[in-house]
Amino acid sequence: MQGGPEQETTTDERHSSRVAFEVNDARRELTLDNRTTLLDTLRERLGLIGAKKGCDHGQCGSCTVLLDGRRVKSCLILAVTLDGRSVVTVEGLAGPDELSPLQAAFVAHDAFQCGYCTPGQICSARGMLDEVARGWPSAVTGDLTAPAELTDAEIRERMAGNLCRCAAYPHIVAAVRETATTR
Amino acid sequence: MSTGAVGRAHPRLEGREKVTGTARYAVEYPVDGVTYGWAVPAAVVRGRITRVDAAPALALPGVLAVLHHGNAPRLAPGPDRGLWLLQEPAVHYRGQFVAVVVATSLEAAREAARLVRIDYDAGPHSTVLAADHPGLYRPDQVNPSYPTDTAEGDFDAGYAAAPVRMDATYRTPAYHNSPMEPHATTAQWRDGRLLVHDSNQGAAPVQATLAELFELPREAVRVVAEHVGGGFGSKGYAKAAVVLAALAARQVDRPVRLALTRQQLFGPIGYRTPTIQRVRLAADADGRLTAICHDSITQTSTIREFAEQVAVYTRSMYAAPHRRTTHRLVRLDVPTPFWMRAPGECPGAYALESAMDELATAVGIDPVELRIRNDAAVDPDLGQPFSSRNLVACLREGAERFGWADRDPTPRARRDGRWLVGTGVAGSSYPARARAAAASATARSDGGFLVRIDATDIGTGARTALWQVAADALGVPPERVEIRIGDSDLPPAGVAGGSMGTASWSWAVIGACEALRVKLRQVPGGAPADGEVTAEVSTADEVRDQPERPRYAYGAQFAEVRVDVDTGEVRVNRMLGVFAAGRVVNPTTARSQLIGGMTMGISMALHEEGVLDERYGDWVNHDLATYHITGCADVERIEAHWIDEQDGDLNPAGVKGIGEIGIVGTAAAITSAVCHATGVRVRDLPVRLDKLIALSPLA
Repeated sequence: MQGGPEQETTTDERHSSRVAFEVNDARRELTLDNRTTLLDTLRERLGLIGAKKGCDHGQCGSCTVLLDGRRVKSCLILAVTLDGRSVVTVEGLAGPDELSPLQAAFVAHDAFQCGYCTPGQICSARGMLDEVARGWPSAVTGDLTAPAELTDAEIRERMAGNLCRCAAYPHIVAAVRETATTR
Repeated sequence: MSTGAVGRAHPRLEGREKVTGTARYAVEYPVDGVTYGWAVPAAVVRGRITRVDAAPALALPGVLAVLHHGNAPRLAPGPDRGLWLLQEPAVHYRGQFVAVVVATSLEAAREAARLVRIDYDAGPHSTVLAADHPGLYRPDQVNPSYPTDTAEGDFDAGYAAAPVRMDATYRTPAYHNSPMEPHATTAQWRDGRLLVHDSNQGAAPVQATLAELFELPREAVRVVAEHVGGGFGSKGYAKAAVVLAALAARQVDRPVRLALTRQQLFGPIGYRTPTIQRVRLAADADGRLTAICHDSITQTSTIREFAEQVAVYTRSMYAAPHRRTTHRLVRLDVPTPFWMRAPGECPGAYALESAMDELATAVGIDPVELRIRNDAAVDPDLGQPFSSRNLVACLREGAERFGWADRDPTPRARRDGRWLVGTGVAGSSYPARARAAAASATARSDGGFLVRIDATDIGTGARTALWQVAADALGVPPERVEIRIGDSDLPPAGVAGGSMGTASWSWAVIGACEALRVKLRQVPGGAPADGEVTAEVSTADEVRDQPERPRYAYGAQFAEVRVDVDTGEVRVNRMLGVFAAGRVVNPTTARSQLIGGMTMGISMALHEEGVLDERYGDWVNHDLATYHITGCADVERIEAHWIDEQDGDLNPAGVKGIGEIGIVGTAAAITSAVCHATGVRVRDLPVRLDKLIALSPLA
């Protein structure tokens, strides 16, 4: 129900703020309880259920979205801090008719089972590929001065913040690798 | 007239929904006027609530109600006292849900839950499993209905007389299922009927439990579980979230979304019991087993008996004339343990397969050869031939693929820079069972078919597999078949568990499709001109009448590890499993299941450990930062293969089930590889750095 009607909200009006930010290229203006996380804003106010709540503590990565192009855990971000900023969720990755290459690769490689961590994996991979393109090293990068090379070990390390209890890890690595080499 | 759909690799039917974020899980359905429930856990281990002060919570804007034993709607006592929630002041374990806050926002519910004041009279508690616990007793049976103890021959005499003897005790800690989607429910009451969108492994059993608790006819309860974010046994039947959500929705007369927090999943929804297992093996000088004994000690709660069938694995795995298995249990002030992927077989195989490796070392025989030498021609437990048994084929093919030949068994013989390298192997087996199910098949006038069954896809690929099976049974291209699952309004079927899902459900689906084809033969042109034709069947009679005999899937897992000589860090270089599991319906999803099981075995061997603090009567690691599960960086190379196995004595689809066998044996393969690398045998999981460093300087 992307772009669907906003849910009714009954919060503590003394502690609410007006916030305007972009979600998947659409401007959103909301009055939010100051305690509301970005994750709960997406899920409970905007009907964007793609970002998942796995732990609500930034430990599992299921809620990963892109904030101004960088991957973040949306459960750790208070939405009132987002005035003027831009959020992309998994719902914003696919075109109107076709999946993004990353999404298509996840399907083709069976890079998920239950699917609950999947939107977070995909957003995380999207952000990660951009980090590599910018030359950011990871903990397993050998030569910090050379251009970052996306080996399987690099993908595994860079995707380690997104847990998958079904353990689709090798297939996630394959999907990311394929996307990285064909884009 | 198969169209060849079965056996062909196919992406998941719901793949597009899952990668675009449109697949709906339990608390993701749009609901008008929805409210939010937040569970409040008990802060003592054992005692009684003496006073509940809800006033501070109720004073918060947006808070609608605080439910507790003093005001909650009444439940009928069901078979599980753990579900008789908010009915009594008694507290049976720390973390038991004793109140629920309902509010119009998540934020208000969360804060109010913290403000509910509860006073307790607390008593002394016992929460630590010990081999000499005074409360140890012999349960009447073990999960699900196995005999508690078995004995053939004379173990004591056989053991005493043998030239080679091995006696070791293995321990496993509490494990937490930790599905990525928490237990979660959206509950709505309308005209005395209850609708729940719930995260579970079987809508029908949840429906039955809710009907019993709320004293409703089953038809008045509908349970929908279209997409489920994993379960691994923990969602095998109704758990606290669905009961609390239904109570709360009834109390406030509005729809309620209630998801347990991650922290609340560590205990109240079940976990794998810690185990203490003594295994004794006796063999002749050629390594032929003469006596086997497996004694298991596990825990249950004070409110419900769950006796994990830890030693059952040993009853049928390897042959020996003198055999004994026992299970002892103790009731502790803990949450009730429950199913977790391969209950019984998983911890049991860790102990037996480790012991086999130790025996191999003791007799100087290769561990693959030792297992082949002790293969059972008939089931040692029942004395009957197996429907099929390809353990040896799995071991041989695995050894070939892995490159096992010419392995030097000497510990610490291989070194690669700062790493000591070792390899290990284990066998595995898991029962191939089926239970009754119903399904319907409908032919439409447009040439399409609809197959309906209340199966559940918790990530196994069941939806896709059943669709493939249906296409073949109907003799039409799969594109003409639509499959509908995950709703108690559909023909009833059992839980997604025990590796019986596909076996049970495909049986009913094939039956319905065949019955439909018979019906269509009476229809001019073989298809309805308008309207539709439906056939519905139940397999209850066929499943009941199937003669009992030993039916098992088998596997062999191989692992290569490296261990840092300075830190003791263990890395798994590669894992390889070969399985004999009957027919494989969808190689794509089957491979994912097997790899997933093996990875959870890596997790068991190296990462997971519920650490109990007796002072608080609870595990101290209650989240995914402190309870470690295997992550992407931990899995380097992992392969699953299967052998071509035709077994005509299983079920119409010829499948054995693959959800669980991947984890069985894996931990033993890894600890044996660690022992090969370092010379240190870890008999209490997980393998931690300190166990390797403390026992033996590596460098």
